[in-house]
Amino acid sequence: MQDAVTTIEVAGAPQRPASAGRERWRGIARNAFPFAVVGTLWEIVAWAGVFPHRLFPTLEEVALSFVELTVSGILPHHAIETVIRLLSGFTLAAVFGVTIGVLMGRSRRAEDIFLPLVSICAPIPGLAYAPLFLLWFGLGNFSAVLLVGFVAAFPIIFNSWTGVKAVKEIWVRSAQSMGADDRRLFSHVILPGALPYILTGLRLGLAQAWRILVAVEMLAAVPWGLGWLIFGAREFLNTDVMMAGIAVIGIIGLTLEKFVFEKIEHYTVVRWGMITS
Amino acid sequence: MTENGQTIRSLVRAAITLAAAAAVYEAAARSGYFAPALLPTLPIIAHTLFAMLADGSIIEHAAFTLYRVMFGFSLAVVVGLPLGILMARFRRIEHFCLPLVSALMPIPSFALVPLFMLWFGIGNLTTILIVFYAATFPMLFNTWSGVRSVNPIWLRAAGAMGADENSLFWKVIIPGASPFIITGMRQAFLRAWIAVVGAEMIAASDWGLGWVIFDAKEFLNTDIMLASLVVIGGIGFVFERVVFGSLERATVLRWGMTRTAKG
Repeated sequence: MQDAVTTIEVAGAPQRPASAGRERWRGIARNAFPFAVVGTLWEIVAWAGVFPHRLFPTLEEVALSFVELTVSGILPHHAIETVIRLLSGFTLAAVFGVTIGVLMGRSRRAEDIFLPLVSICAPIPGLAYAPLFLLWFGLGNFSAVLLVGFVAAFPIIFNSWTGVKAVKEIWVRSAQSMGADDRRLFSHVILPGALPYILTGLRLGLAQAWRILVAVEMLAAVPWGLGWLIFGAREFLNTDVMMAGIAVIGIIGLTLEKFVFEKIEHYTVVRWGMITS
Repeated sequence: MTENGQTIRSLVRAAITLAAAAAVYEAAARSGYFAPALLPTLPIIAHTLFAMLADGSIIEHAAFTLYRVMFGFSLAVVVGLPLGILMARFRRIEHFCLPLVSALMPIPSFALVPLFMLWFGIGNLTTILIVFYAATFPMLFNTWSGVRSVNPIWLRAAGAMGADENSLFWKVIIPGASPFIITGMRQAFLRAWIAVVGAEMIAASDWGLGWVIFDAKEFLNTDIMLASLVVIGGIGFVFERVVFGSLERATVLRWGMTRTAKG
């Protein structure tokens, strides 16, 4: 349930105030160098005609179709639909996951009820449910969002549950002896104490949702969406469109990683000095 | 004594919950509100499962899926482990590989399925490559951070006691990084297991558990779908708990390194 991805840091240059500008340029150059090498190799293979040109387009063609699709608004439309689906599925998962997880952590009865169900459903890969959901709820948006929410809920449930259980007994008891009622106990002690775990769970859930969503869009025949764009382009051998779609997927994924996950972690957990938990 | 009573009560409650869930499902299936084709009763599912086990078809499907997942996973370990170690030990390699890895990692493996289908056709090769792609990154990243987080004091102490490069590597660095490496394998297998089911669905060949489920959908064979779901869950559970759980217990836990393993 844990990801070591937290440690990503693109090899940034160690910045010294004296020559910060030059250091930064060297850092950028160093990051760009591997891409230049791979890009050149790709171009050579594409131009040499080792593979059929339709299947292995040059980078210019990919860039061209990327720009064309973006300007005509097709690519943004697909991307927006995908992001909306991701967010609605994730919201579903967050609401239900945190609620169930916290309940399980707080009450032994809820734990006994939910734990067997959750531990039976969790080890099945999310996509294996996809055909079942399609049969039960039909093709299209509803199934896709529901499936993403269902799959993303499990890491959130597990982490919220562990988090609430990991709140130190002493904190709870001292708050109680200082006269905190149940509501205050929950909002002032248990929730902040469990928050690092809950945030980790949300992070894992969002990552899970993102990974599943692309495949779900291919299977559920949604009208718009990046997964569908890629899958549809295959039928017409539009490899350049596929590449452009994959690039957008990568960009969205990177944005989620850099600007959502890391920011959340910095603003809350690191600031409270709880990162060690 | 009370501990024991607690666990027994938990077990009883768990059994009651499962029985209640099964009863609710059975009632819904028999109520006639839903089409029986979409919601088969539990005896039918059990019967299908036994029939598929008896004629060996599900075992053959499972064997194909396991072959693909093991092939892709081994490939990922063979590539990810040395590359992770090299990246952690040599700055030059790290500077070259890290930007590429960080750019590729956010692309979910399923996004590559259509492309790989065009390039490599439908069947084993595509599925194995998707599994490989999905499993490599957790392996690589965990190995990399594991080797980097080996306590420098251990390195210096071993160096001061006269360890040469070779024994430093095998006796200090590898054991020190092993909690991370095992965690990486575990995550890699989880990813691989998810990827193989999805890849089999989209890049449908004619064997494999993912394909069975997807194919059963076309014929409204919900009982076959649910039965294969049980098999998929069972295999995943066995690997996650039994194989990797005991691997962890035999190595990391025994060496008393669990705390680092959780990082």
